[in-house]
Amino acid sequence: MTLRIPRWTLVAACALGLAAPAMARDQIRIVGSSTVFPFSTAVAEQFGKTTSFKTPVVESTGSGGGLKLFCAGVGTQHPDITNSSRRIKSSEVEGCAGNGVTDIVEVKVGFDGIVLANSKKSERLSLTKEQIFRALAKQVPVEGKLVDNPYQKWSDIDPSLPAVKIEVLGPPPTSGTRDAFVELAMEGGAEELPMLAALKSSDKAAFKAAAQGIREDGAYVEAGENDNLIVQKLEANPDALGIFGFSFLDQNADKLQGSLVGGVEPTFENIAAGQYGVSRSLFFYVKKAHVGVVRGIQEYVAEFTSEAAAGDEGYLADKGLIPLPADERKIVREAAKGLVLLSLN
Amino acid sequence: MTEGSLHTSDAAARKLRKRYAAERRFRLYGACAIGLAMGALVLLLVTIAWRGVPAFFGHEVTIDVDLDAALIDPEGTGDPEVLGRADYSGLVKQALRAEFPDAQGRREKRRLYALISNGAAYALRDQVLADRTVVGTTFRVRVPLSADADIYFKGGVDAASAEGDRRLNDDQIRWLDRWAALGKVENRFARRFFVGGDSREPELAGIYGALVGSLWTLAVTLLLSFPLGVAAAVYLEEFAPTNRLTDFVEVNINNLAAVPSIVFGLLGLAVFLNFLELPRSAPLVGGMVLALMTLPTVIIASRSAIMAVPPSIREAALGVGASPLQVVSHHVLPLALPGILTGTIIGMARALGETAPLLMIGMVAFIVDVPEGPTSPATVLPVQIFLWADSPERAFVAKTSGAILVLLTFLVAMNLVAVVLRSRFERRW
Repeated sequence: MTLRIPRWTLVAACALGLAAPAMARDQIRIVGSSTVFPFSTAVAEQFGKTTSFKTPVVESTGSGGGLKLFCAGVGTQHPDITNSSRRIKSSEVEGCAGNGVTDIVEVKVGFDGIVLANSKKSERLSLTKEQIFRALAKQVPVEGKLVDNPYQKWSDIDPSLPAVKIEVLGPPPTSGTRDAFVELAMEGGAEELPMLAALKSSDKAAFKAAAQGIREDGAYVEAGENDNLIVQKLEANPDALGIFGFSFLDQNADKLQGSLVGGVEPTFENIAAGQYGVSRSLFFYVKKAHVGVVRGIQEYVAEFTSEAAAGDEGYLADKGLIPLPADERKIVREAAKGLVLLSLN
Repeated sequence: MTEGSLHTSDAAARKLRKRYAAERRFRLYGACAIGLAMGALVLLLVTIAWRGVPAFFGHEVTIDVDLDAALIDPEGTGDPEVLGRADYSGLVKQALRAEFPDAQGRREKRRLYALISNGAAYALRDQVLADRTVVGTTFRVRVPLSADADIYFKGGVDAASAEGDRRLNDDQIRWLDRWAALGKVENRFARRFFVGGDSREPELAGIYGALVGSLWTLAVTLLLSFPLGVAAAVYLEEFAPTNRLTDFVEVNINNLAAVPSIVFGLLGLAVFLNFLELPRSAPLVGGMVLALMTLPTVIIASRSAIMAVPPSIREAALGVGASPLQVVSHHVLPLALPGILTGTIIGMARALGETAPLLMIGMVAFIVDVPEGPTSPATVLPVQIFLWADSPERAFVAKTSGAILVLLTFLVAMNLVAVVLRSRFERRW
């Protein structure tokens, strides 16, 4: 056996180095939030099956990462749509504009509740935001001073709560769910404490630092981005509480129960009615400059906002998305159809 | 002498017994270690197989659909265009209502429709398009049940629990039980899992798209890393002078082999996507990143295989007048090839199981269409597993384990090829 090295290998090797440049696309590209991902993909699949367009490619990059990619510029090498589990920030709008992405269409798709749930083997908790803050904050006010969190058991916070060790499994700081939880539950709880409320009016930065710090002494366990993992750990450890999106509670209603927050149970109806305190809006953003360049964007937006998808009984509701109220849906649908541009005020 | 010789005295005998005991203990420790490792492996495989094998099967129900010609093809053209556009979902729903007339009211009907997979309408459409003569008849068709109903038949729903705690309510369970009693429900091998792309509906989701993505990616990786790696190894081993520069290169190749894979992903993002403007999510870029990752492995394996070829062969070849290139290509490389291939296959197996670098270049994506080439968007097997593990629907737990089984099969097969190559073709001197 002998090996011969033909002359063309050198040419081929060089040619491989000069691979094809970015080419025109006929497929919508979507990036962004992992919370919106399950809904966005469901719409994408339906859209691909019922229209003549190709099924859009949906990437799960997180809200911040998605907006960064989205704002990188105009042109087919950049994504057309980004999903976000929070509203775009004015700094991001400026960043976008700096890269030539000036015309952005905002579409609000629905709500997502963040639940604190535990195993059905133990009793259901009823918490207030203040109690959540006291249980999880790094520093809490005791007798007019901020001290390291002294509470070890729930009953230390309020005698009506069970005498069980505080153990909460939640997402890490990179997660959008964590951001929303900190903003809605922790800051909401901090505002209910007179000392921190006073701090908020005098020194906003100090308030933010105090309200957003989560304790690091082992009571709050960072359980990773995977919500299914938290669900499994809760089954194994009935004393622990977990923080995750409503759709996971909805899918595991036979094993888990959501804690009441401010006396309201996290149910589909309560979140939709805006009564459950720890819920946030979900959005996606469309690059208007790409409409007409990449085929199907308007049709995709129409599918996402249609009653069959985002309505009270749409397929997204089956996936755990909590729909907007009917009249707001109508406004959103009209605005999306007309590609009304985003204006932050 | 009375106290015996050096080797037969009591002290010596005690010492000997002690040494034997130490020997036995040592063997026992070794056996324990192997037993523990094997036990862990068996436990892992059994749990995955236990969870994953049900994913290869899915329950299907036979329903009678009235294929009303006036609804499907009102003008009787038989044009596939017209046939393809008909409202099959409506026809399936109508068939369900006819079967269970007790489902009254909007909510109740929705619950009834939820028993059947969203894919039922497409399954029906494909059958009608395949055989147009069925239009106008009452057609008996087997359609997949929804994931929740499938889980019920697989024993995952406790019918005795409170109604609000289950995904299926009492009516839905009653309907499913009636279907089962009529013998209409069958647990069949789910071909879809092996020939379909990804889907958000667990009962429709398949592994094929990710598998093809993996194959394209590996093809690019192999095409790049094998020739480059072998060429580098031959040069370093056979031609390069020994000096500070080659020492430096050698140390860095070894360092590169230990670099965490995510770093290669970041490099790919910076160079291939941002600078060269190659498409995101493409197997081409994934393959290039993984080629960089496997290159050190291939070089190191190739070098040791080349080094193992005895110098006498080189000297003999040179002695009969072969040029250095002829020595390498006629003698050294053919003899070293089994070792090189083994190293390459092991490198490829590692590339097949890699996710971290692909996160950076957009291959962690929901992609329904099966990729058509190295530049069409694709995902790979381990990424598909990662995405399914993160999905809220409970039926994806089984799918995740099923996909792991598929991935493991490929990894074991690749390693097996490496073992066979080594044992069949490797020569020892």
